[in-house]
Order: sequence, then C-alpha cells, then structure tokens
Amino acid sequence: MNRDKIQDSDEIYEDAKIFVNIGPSHPATHGTLRMMCRLNGETIEKSVSEMGYLHRAMEKIGENKTYHQFIPYTDRLNYCSALNNNVTYTMAIENLMGIEVPERTKYIRTICCEIARIIDHLVCIGINAVDLGAFTFFLYGFHQREEAYTLIEMLCGSRLTTTYTRIGGLGWEPPTEFLPALRKWLDGFETAFDEMDRLLTNNQIWIDRTKGVAVFTKEQAMAYSFTGPCARASNINIDLRRDQPNPGLKYDVVDFDIPIGTNGDVYDRYLIRVAEIKESVKILRQLADRCPTSGPVWVEDKRVKIPSKERVHHSMEALIHHFKFFMEGFDVPAGEAYTATEGPNGEVGFYVISRGGPKAARMRIRSPSFYMFQSLDEMVEGEMIGDLVAAMGSVNIIAGELDR
Amino acid sequence: MDREKRLEKIKNKFSSAVSALEYDKVGCPILFCSKEKIIELLTFLKTDEALKFEFLADLTAYDDMGQPEESQGRFVVVYNLYSPHSHDRLRIKVRANDGEAVATATVLWKAANWAEREVWDMYGIPFEGHPDLRRIMMDQRFEGHPQRKDYYWRKYQLFLDAEPMPEELLKG
Repeated sequence: MNRDKIQDSDEIYEDAKIFVNIGPSHPATHGTLRMMCRLNGETIEKSVSEMGYLHRAMEKIGENKTYHQFIPYTDRLNYCSALNNNVTYTMAIENLMGIEVPERTKYIRTICCEIARIIDHLVCIGINAVDLGAFTFFLYGFHQREEAYTLIEMLCGSRLTTTYTRIGGLGWEPPTEFLPALRKWLDGFETAFDEMDRLLTNNQIWIDRTKGVAVFTKEQAMAYSFTGPCARASNINIDLRRDQPNPGLKYDVVDFDIPIGTNGDVYDRYLIRVAEIKESVKILRQLADRCPTSGPVWVEDKRVKIPSKERVHHSMEALIHHFKFFMEGFDVPAGEAYTATEGPNGEVGFYVISRGGPKAARMRIRSPSFYMFQSLDEMVEGEMIGDLVAAMGSVNIIAGELDR
Repeated sequence: MDREKRLEKIKNKFSSAVSALEYDKVGCPILFCSKEKIIELLTFLKTDEALKFEFLADLTAYDDMGQPEESQGRFVVVYNLYSPHSHDRLRIKVRANDGEAVATATVLWKAANWAEREVWDMYGIPFEGHPDLRRIMMDQRFEGHPQRKDYYWRKYQLFLDAEPMPEELLKG
C-alpha cells in the first residue's frame, strides 16, 4: 500500500484513522520488533506485529557448530537470563548422552536458574514501569541487578553473557566465598525489594494504568501456548519446576509456592512476577543452605570432561586430547530429546536431534517469547494506544529469544 | 490413567493411522501419524477427557535429507504436546515430501499460526488451510528455505530497501 493514497483519501480523515508504526527501533519495544497499528482516535482498531529483525539463524548455527561451540550462542537467546539458557542447553545434551552430573553441580545450576529468574523479573518490571513513567523502581531494580551480576561474575568472570555451564559440568568451580556472598546479597535484596514492592503494588497511579489493561483470559492464554508468569497471571496452573522436576535440577528438595493470578491483566502479571521474586529468594536461601561446599563439579566421563590445565601443560597425551576435544568436538549418540525448564519468561526448551557425530542434526529452540508475541495483536486490539506499551512490557518480549 | 494406558487408547483408536511407537532419550513417547489423519488425531488428543493434551508446547520440523528414512518423506513436522493435567508429554510426527502440504493445526491452537509460518519459512512445508502463510523471519522476497540441509549455512541474500506494508492492516 502506498502512503500517498492514504494521505489523499478524504474517507480516512472522516474516520480519523491513523496508522502508527511502533518499532523496530522504538524505546518501548526493548528490542527489534515492530507493531503496526491502525488507530481510530486513540483506540487500536487493528494491529499487525512483525518480527525477524534480530534473526541470527541460531538453529542453523546449532546444526553447524559443535555442541560445545554452541554454548555461547545460548547466552544470546534471552540475554536477561543467560544462565538459565546455559543450564537448559547443557542439560539437553546431557540427556541425549545419558550423563548425570554430580550433586553439587545440580545445586549450583539451580542457584543459577533462580538468580537468573530474579534479575529477569527485575528488568521486566523495571522497564514496564519506566515505560509507564515510574522511574524509581527501575533504578532500585537495576542497582540490585548489578549486585546480582557481581555474584555471577564471581562464578564465571562475565556479567551478562555468562557461558557458565559445560556439558557434564561447570566452566569453573564456584569460589568458596560465593555462598556467603549469595546469602549476604539475599539479605540486602529482601529488604530492598520490600521497599521497591511498596513503590508500585499499592500505588494508585500504577494500579490505574495497569488494572484491567490487556486482559487475556485462561482460554485465550491456553490457545496461544502461554507459559511462565503470563500464563499463571491468566489463572493457568502450570510450572515446570513443580510439574516436571528435571533430574538435573534440585527443585524437588526445596519448598516453594507457585503464585497464580486471576484476571490476566497487566497488574496481575506484575503481581505474579513480584511474588515469584519473593519465592525465588526463598528457594535460594534453602539452596544456599543445602549446597555442598566441596566435591566434584565435573562428571567422570572421558567423552565430555575437559582435561585439566595442569595435565594439558605437562603431558603430551592430555594436550592431544585437549586439542582434539575442542577442534573436533565429541560424539553424541544418535537419538533425540526435548529438554525444557521453567525459564523466567516461561518454558525454555531445546529439542535436539543427533545422528551421531559432533554436530546436531536439528537444534530447535522453543522460546516462550515467540509464542507470546503473536498474541499481542489480539491482546491490544480495542485498547488505547498508550496501553499498548504497558501490554508489551508486561509480556516481556525479548527479541533475542523471539527471533533466535 | 497412566501413560501406558493412554498410549494404548490412542493406538486402539487410530490403529491404521498411527505407526511405530518410539521413546526418546528421556522416555518421551513419539508417535508417527499419517498425513491424512493428523488433525483428527490432534483433535482427539486435545479434547479426549482422559488424555487432555491441551497444550501445544511446540510445533516444528526437521529435514531428513540424506537419511535412510528420506524415502518415506523428506520432512518431518513435529507436534510437541503437553498435558497440564497429567504433566505428560507426547510428540506426534508427520512425514511429508518436498512440496506436500500438511493440514494446519491453527484450527485447534492459535499458537500454531506463527509456528507454522516459521516452518514454512525455514523448511518450505506448506500448511493447508493456514490463514496467513507468509514468511516470518525472512524477508518476503527471500528465495529458498534456509533451514533445509541443502541450503549452505553461510549463504546470504541482501535486501537494501524495506518490505512493503502488509495488506492485512489496510483491510476491514
């Protein structure tokens, strides 16, 4: 459709219809996605969303890189919670190979997942609030997030793109001061989060902007395969941490509640995220108490264990092993497996098919954002244009995992 | 009702359409279904009181080019179902040759809309009855289907100007 035609036609002016294009680079989209809306006055009559601006052919890359080489790519899926993607991906390959990692690794991975959940929710709520004009929560949230990144930095040396897990183990053993630092952070965070909670939860302006906005019923959410906090806000009682406890993670030993919402509006999604952060703090405390402070983090499996640096530097055989391991990769027996965890946004799954050899035949990444973004059109039609930003923020679309 | 009984029930009802039951590495059952019966099977799985696989966790496909199974159909469309009631997973697979259409699952799940568009975009498997089968990741002018095994992974196509506006927005 050419724009001259729209501008020249008097009919369109009579109905006061305006086309508004939001994205791909708009401050409220937080990533490269695009929504085109036809407005009647301020009401959205029709909306068409488009994606693909951040498509990096992750799945194709996954078929052309060795299993280890793909770990850094998983950071770039949901970059707000890179640790969770690392853990899910390595578990998917371990499931294919039938490897069971040591107990200590399971605990540390579960801790990683929960830290990732907290920071992802902080970003989501903070940015949703910024878009609606509440700047304070964002600043407090990002302060806490930076502290959490310092914890992650203790584990793997990097803050955002972690690449922490390895198939059969962890990149580095956590330092002895990690667990005390985690407890200390949790204490500070809990107090700070109580204050942050009070900034928004009973704030009349926030309630007016979010309550009853972008309502999605249980049936709608089910039809669109909602998972994670958005599904639970729409009164769907699913959580993979409880429903399908993965043997590679330690959710079966901790005690936690799963908050369920009723209305499925932006306010409920906010409340669910707040409640989940509090639950995650509870989980982290229990895990920090139970996590073994010593013991192996690597599985004793010659196929996947990276030879130690001391041996590589002092023995020819270990050097050759190291070289072949990283240049050629390792064989994964033929077969397929779908491994999913409850990520901060919903079900993050890796469907990997191997035909033997060091590269996957199919590397499907099931991302929650992909399934939730397509519902946004239905969610915002009939709403005000100003509420679109609220809806978009509450669903927490991360372009990295949306386009892959 | 446990998993064995559920699978038995499916196999009894669709004895002609469903072949070979397999298990994947984590013990998730996989059923191959004939192309003609797929929607009937999915409807049964979704609506049956005892099964209730109400949740389409994922819809994807893969390319079997160069594999011994290629003769039965080069592409495999995968429906990854999840039941929020029994917390069980089930994977349904359908084989299709190059150019053969598979019936759309959008009649059952709206979520299948974009997932099928992605499969069409990446593998070139058309979905019969799909309301809006356009490319989703790639530009509309893109040639070929990039996830196919015969598409070289470093090949790229460059488009310097923007895509035209979708007609859908201007209608109705």
